[in-house]
Amino acid sequence: MAEVTLEHVDKVYAGGVKAVSDVSLHIRDGEFMILVGPSGCGKSTVLRMIAGLEEISSGSIRIGDVLVNDLPPKDRDIAMVFQNYALYPHLTVADNMAFGLKMRQLPAEEIRRRVAGAARVLGLEPYLDRTPATLSGGQRQRVAMGRAIVREPQAFLMDEPLSNLDAKLRVGMRAALADLHERLKVTTVYGTHDQAEAMLLGDRVCVLRDGLLQQAGTPEDLLDHPASLFVAGFIGWPAMNLVTARLIAGAGLIADAGLTAGAGLTASFGAHRLAIPGSALAARPGLAEYAGREVILGIRPPDFGVRPDGFGDARPSGPWPALMRVSVDRTEELGGETHVIFVIDAPPVEHQDLAALRADADEDEAPIPLAAGTSLWTARVSSGSRVRPGDSIELGLDPGCLHFFDPVSGLAIGRGQPGGLD
Amino acid sequence: MRFVFSPPADEAAGLLTLPFGEPLDEWRDERLVEIRQRGISRHVVRFVADGGELYALKSISERLARREYRLLRALAELNVPAVEVVGIVVDRGPEADAILVTRFLEYSTTYRALFSSPRTGQPTDRLLDALVELLVRLHLSGFFWGDCSLSNTLFRHDAGTLEAYLVDAETSEQHPSLSAGQRSWDLELAAERICGELFDLAAGGMLPAEVDPVQTAGQLRPRYEGLWEELTREETLRPDEQRYRIAERLRRLNELGYDADEVELISAPDGTRLNVRTKVAESGRRSRELFQQAGISADENQARRLLNDIASFRGYLEQRDGVPVSETVAAHLWVQEVYEPALAAVPADLRDRLAPPEIFHEILEHRWYLSEREGRDVGTTTAAQSYVDTVLPQVPQPLAASIEDLTGPPDGTIIR
Repeated sequence: MAEVTLEHVDKVYAGGVKAVSDVSLHIRDGEFMILVGPSGCGKSTVLRMIAGLEEISSGSIRIGDVLVNDLPPKDRDIAMVFQNYALYPHLTVADNMAFGLKMRQLPAEEIRRRVAGAARVLGLEPYLDRTPATLSGGQRQRVAMGRAIVREPQAFLMDEPLSNLDAKLRVGMRAALADLHERLKVTTVYGTHDQAEAMLLGDRVCVLRDGLLQQAGTPEDLLDHPASLFVAGFIGWPAMNLVTARLIAGAGLIADAGLTAGAGLTASFGAHRLAIPGSALAARPGLAEYAGREVILGIRPPDFGVRPDGFGDARPSGPWPALMRVSVDRTEELGGETHVIFVIDAPPVEHQDLAALRADADEDEAPIPLAAGTSLWTARVSSGSRVRPGDSIELGLDPGCLHFFDPVSGLAIGRGQPGGLD
Repeated sequence: MRFVFSPPADEAAGLLTLPFGEPLDEWRDERLVEIRQRGISRHVVRFVADGGELYALKSISERLARREYRLLRALAELNVPAVEVVGIVVDRGPEADAILVTRFLEYSTTYRALFSSPRTGQPTDRLLDALVELLVRLHLSGFFWGDCSLSNTLFRHDAGTLEAYLVDAETSEQHPSLSAGQRSWDLELAAERICGELFDLAAGGMLPAEVDPVQTAGQLRPRYEGLWEELTREETLRPDEQRYRIAERLRRLNELGYDADEVELISAPDGTRLNVRTKVAESGRRSRELFQQAGISADENQARRLLNDIASFRGYLEQRDGVPVSETVAAHLWVQEVYEPALAAVPADLRDRLAPPEIFHEILEHRWYLSEREGRDVGTTTAAQSYVDTVLPQVPQPLAASIEDLTGPPDGTIIR
């Protein structure tokens, strides 16, 4: 096992097309690192440069202590796991895992040890003497994974390894991969375009766009502290609700917010006013300077709470001081939770970061056109809330969960620049 | 349902009546056929005979089907030997995968069939050479295979050699050119897969004892690198040898079946450096020549063999009649007096064993063998009859067989 370090790596193709630009990333020993981004973001190129399939134009790549810039793939001691695998019908499960080691002329005892170890990790011990025909689809996939595991590489590289599987097998294999990494703790770099897969599997997730590293962090970090509008829009499902809001000095503009006038700001959009108390401002250095100006405001759907019957006369003092009264357009039941979809009287945000995401979305995901000057928002609430279409409800949220982005640069306000070595 | 054809595909129109609304593995249709010794497949693959043609139908996701369709068409345009894609069937219903339709390669065989019925010694060398040739052609054309194996290849006999055809382009990628790393990785994958396939044959009792899977797989890289070096190496030339050395290099490329796309000469202190950018030649120069002269379709080595026989027949005519005979007249007479009579000796039930030019090539080989044994030229007619009586019946039956042929007893036991 080893760490993988990329420092200022560029990839420029003949003709000057820059596929990867100044990417620096430190993948820790034993870490499951996901490279994610829309098509053309550069994730496959980064994986292939680590593997040695693509030469780098400048910068350096190290696997462990070894500078591998000029090493051919076979000498990098990495295992590339792609979607294709072949099991051989006359070979036993053990031989299907072992033949690659025989080819590398490892001693027989060492081969036995590695196969036994991989079989133990993969739960294949009872099947070692069987042939593939007697195994289920999932067991066959595990045998194929075993073939990579027995090599005991410094790192696994996986480029969309689940994309060719049907939905059921994909879910099963995703869980198996996570479990396997938990047991083996081999450094793994995994490329996917699916942000949900990235968030489920990764110890850390590295978001790429147009060959540039946007942000690398834990799934929680990306959700709670997106570095840019692009990351905010790409990560998380349902997607973050976004609106252009004006920040007005003084939270006391909201008459019944229970806050002292002048202690914070008020975010104003459409008919809505959200109080931002001083404590929330303090956590975002630089936000106060936007008083009197426009920002892009973001709210993640799960950050909403709902009170269908309103708060009555007794205004809560603590948990949800930011409130929105909305009329429910429709609901989507998803087992234990409900997606509450409502219209707000403010236009969708127009920004190049979001345009790039829309361009990459499938046709099926294109939003339904709405009346001019309105947009659809989503709140994800507990099914126990019993919200129904047509209900008028009050949504509340902790102002500490609000996200603010500069309307020109798209960068998060109160957070550093995207990118960075770690 | 939508069927996207690669035109012209009029003859494939009969495929439209297949039950595309049902899962491919559940089809019951009298046009379905089975392929013997077909090897390993990750997807459901069925074979259909329609209108005198045989088609392979593979069930895969629409994204992959469209991708493979595009890549196979690109390979055809680049003259890289690959199966011919006919079309894709999409929108077959909710949850249903797309179906990729390719034309089954006529007179082709698989590595399993070659090992299970070796006619001229074990085929390892010929298989490796054919695969190396295919990989080099792919790589020169900017194609990364990503899944090179014997299973993903079909082979055709070509006058004593084998020609390899790419069958599965699922994981292929097309680039303007390939890096050394991409080529190296393709070889690494191919060697590992070949090793696994040979171990599998050994476990199935089909591999001759003298073939070592590890050693055989290990031969792929040096053979590939030898050919790659031959085709792409940089040479330093002295000023006085430039012209003939360049001509020599280009002639050698042509002999190997390649063309020079670009010749670059760079002045250097020790002479002039010659860089040749090689490309895959338009396939079948000799095939085209044979077709123009005699109206016979043949693969390249077969065509070379038949053209040689036409040339020697022309010499015989000129000697016999004492007058010059034109190439066209000689070819016309050769077809009438030599080629067609020889093939007419083949009974109907053996005609599908090999392509006609391959049969003729083997008759010529047999004639040489008989003549050597008897110390005199036995002639083509005698050789043809002896070949038909003793050699051709030993050639394995074609890979495709109808369901009716395969399933005899009511319990459905496969008897062949």
